[in-house]
Amino acid sequence: MDAFILQLLNGLDKGGAYALIALGLTLVFGTLGVVNFAHGALFMLGAFCAVTLQKILTLSQKVKDESITFFDAYKEQPYLEIWFGETGTTIIEWSVPLSLLLAVPVMLTIGLAMERGLIQFFYKRTHAQQILVTFGLAIVVQEIIKSFYGANPIPMPAPPLLSGTAPIGEFLGIGDVVAYPWWRLIYLLFSFLIIGAVFLFLKYTTYGMVVRAGMQDRATVELLGINVERRFTIVFGIAAVVAGLAGVMYTPIVPPDYHMGMDFLVLSFVVVVVGGMGSLPGAVLAGFMLGILQSFASTNEVKNIFPGIDQIIIYLVAMIVLLTRPRGLLGKKGMMES
Amino acid sequence: MKKQQYTRRELLKGGGAMAGALAMPSFFVRDAWAAEFRNNPTKSGKVVFGFNVPQTGAYADEGADELRAYKLAIKHINGEGDGGMINTMKPLSLKGNGVNGQKVSFVTGDTQTKADAARASAKRMIEKDGVIMFSGGSSSGVAIAVQSLAQEMGVVFMCGLTHSNDTTGKDKRRYGFRHFFNTHMSGAALGPVLEQMGNDRRAYHLTADYTWGWSQEGSIKDVSEGLGWDTVSAVRTPLGAGDFSQYITPVLDSGADVLILNHYGKDMVNSLTQAVQFGLRDKQVNGRPFEIVVPLYSRLMAQGAGKNIKGIYGTTNWNWSLKDEGSQAFVKSFGQEYGFPPSQAAHTCYVQAVLYANACQEVGTFYPPEVIKQLEGFKFDGMGNGPTEYRADDHQCFKDVLVVRGNENPTSQFDLLEVVEVVPRKQVEYKASIFGGELGPYEV
Repeated sequence: MDAFILQLLNGLDKGGAYALIALGLTLVFGTLGVVNFAHGALFMLGAFCAVTLQKILTLSQKVKDESITFFDAYKEQPYLEIWFGETGTTIIEWSVPLSLLLAVPVMLTIGLAMERGLIQFFYKRTHAQQILVTFGLAIVVQEIIKSFYGANPIPMPAPPLLSGTAPIGEFLGIGDVVAYPWWRLIYLLFSFLIIGAVFLFLKYTTYGMVVRAGMQDRATVELLGINVERRFTIVFGIAAVVAGLAGVMYTPIVPPDYHMGMDFLVLSFVVVVVGGMGSLPGAVLAGFMLGILQSFASTNEVKNIFPGIDQIIIYLVAMIVLLTRPRGLLGKKGMMES
Repeated sequence: MKKQQYTRRELLKGGGAMAGALAMPSFFVRDAWAAEFRNNPTKSGKVVFGFNVPQTGAYADEGADELRAYKLAIKHINGEGDGGMINTMKPLSLKGNGVNGQKVSFVTGDTQTKADAARASAKRMIEKDGVIMFSGGSSSGVAIAVQSLAQEMGVVFMCGLTHSNDTTGKDKRRYGFRHFFNTHMSGAALGPVLEQMGNDRRAYHLTADYTWGWSQEGSIKDVSEGLGWDTVSAVRTPLGAGDFSQYITPVLDSGADVLILNHYGKDMVNSLTQAVQFGLRDKQVNGRPFEIVVPLYSRLMAQGAGKNIKGIYGTTNWNWSLKDEGSQAFVKSFGQEYGFPPSQAAHTCYVQAVLYANACQEVGTFYPPEVIKQLEGFKFDGMGNGPTEYRADDHQCFKDVLVVRGNENPTSQFDLLEVVEVVPRKQVEYKASIFGGELGPYEV
């Protein structure tokens, strides 16, 4: 029972990350018809918003270690700590949550610039061309990040208050073995919030309704005098923000490096395809489903029966889903099939 | 019968002719070396070393450090700069004017830490750039792959960072040499540290699913089970898994009280960070603290784990904080050139380039079989690890091994690892036969 609960939580947590990235990906595909292979890079850029803010907040006074003469070695004390004492320390410790404030405008700007500067010229091109250009863009972006921050992962601790483990077993009255990191629970909650916010925005705002109408029948909406392209540009920006925020919150879970976007890219596409191209609920459902399956497939009991299943389970499920439901779990007939 | 009379002049002439006749075979053989081996510098007029390191991918920073060390080694071999460890190496044949009177140049390649890419890059260096020796890398999978290419093509490969027993065990090659230590030595060095944790511990292994991980897991199991420990489970994890949570949570209710992370580089950073996240560092099992061990540390990459490495034990081939004459000379030279200390990968690569050059200088030729014979059984000192020997049987270097611990109170940004023990060479030695393998022929 303990192991089941822990793996379920792991699966939900992974699923939250997959769903958040896939959500933006499928949103862009559903509105603009663009297969955006640079979406993983947006996730990575969000993470590096957090890294950048941490670097700014930890700008330090350097005290040279005089015992070392062959190169400059320093003991560093951040200016924030020198100037504001414990308050400064607390600000630094909370740099990841604070980064969300930075990531929203930065990612929105990057998203809009990417769409206006490059993506818009490929609306009418083939998907193969879109994939090539966006994949190329992703490589350029990650190499730029590598040149500034290096190739090594960068530690991004969660605030100490949220760093320990939650005694879930004690809450449930099943002993003290089931404990789960607070930050991962927060990430799960955060993913529910963001997914919910995107759905509410699309379902209950006029702006969202126009976007959904545009996804269904762009020509008719344009005949009503609405500039659909501008709306879709904003949607691209929103997708970038969602990916970026997911990246920020992911940094305490896996120390970020320049390649983290690529690590998620293929998985996210599988999630989108399994969910149904252009289907937002499908992306969320598939994200959580694949996350949970991957988690349970990694248990020793399952691996003893099917060695290596943890590495192929997602692709195996994708094959089965596509064989039985070619449009994915919640893909609709006619959606992006013209 | 008339007795034949010889004058002194005739005897000298005859003796000279006889000596010339006797010397003839070696004279021709020497010419044969010059003519019959690949990329002969005497023929081509250039001595080119190939440095095949990861310039892209997860180990790009380590590869960059290897490349820095190689460039420094070339400078020192050619008599430029302050000489670094060439000033401290004993015995030394290099004269500070290149090798065998020729200046050394180099080309670089990108292994991408992928066996096929590394082989392609090495092949290009050998066939197109005419390298007489190539070196580098940050992975045992890559080292084993390019080592077999070296044997096929008759060009010496001086391994970079590779830690699997297989490199100088079942996959050893006559044309491959490893200065870096291996997983068996790590296990042997960590033995006393594990013993201090108790003789009735229960270990849980998370192991990177490739040659190095298997090798590391086996070596630690040998030692820990020899101490009386139980191995609760040994779980193979995919390389580059990123999130290891699904592999870590089973540890919580497994009854284990030690977690062995047979992960290196980015995997180590991620799995250690997440193990600490799941509270394993603060966990108590049967009244004793839960322990985490990282058998192979890389200071360069440990930075990514931040404070999570504090107090965690492991081993390393070399550390910049060592105070011996050779290490100090290298740290000074590297630090003044680049502004920061070298990594263990940089150290091993520097030593490898110098050792190869020195062997060529000693035998007065680049002919690989002669250079290989010179390196086999070569004993040296002053290169940062105390008295060292390149064992002839398997081309594995034997030297002292460092047991390190994540520093609790670092004095600078580079002071991440604290050397807790220098384990003497004799404690980590083993018979070459235990890992099998065949070196293969000298002539290819």
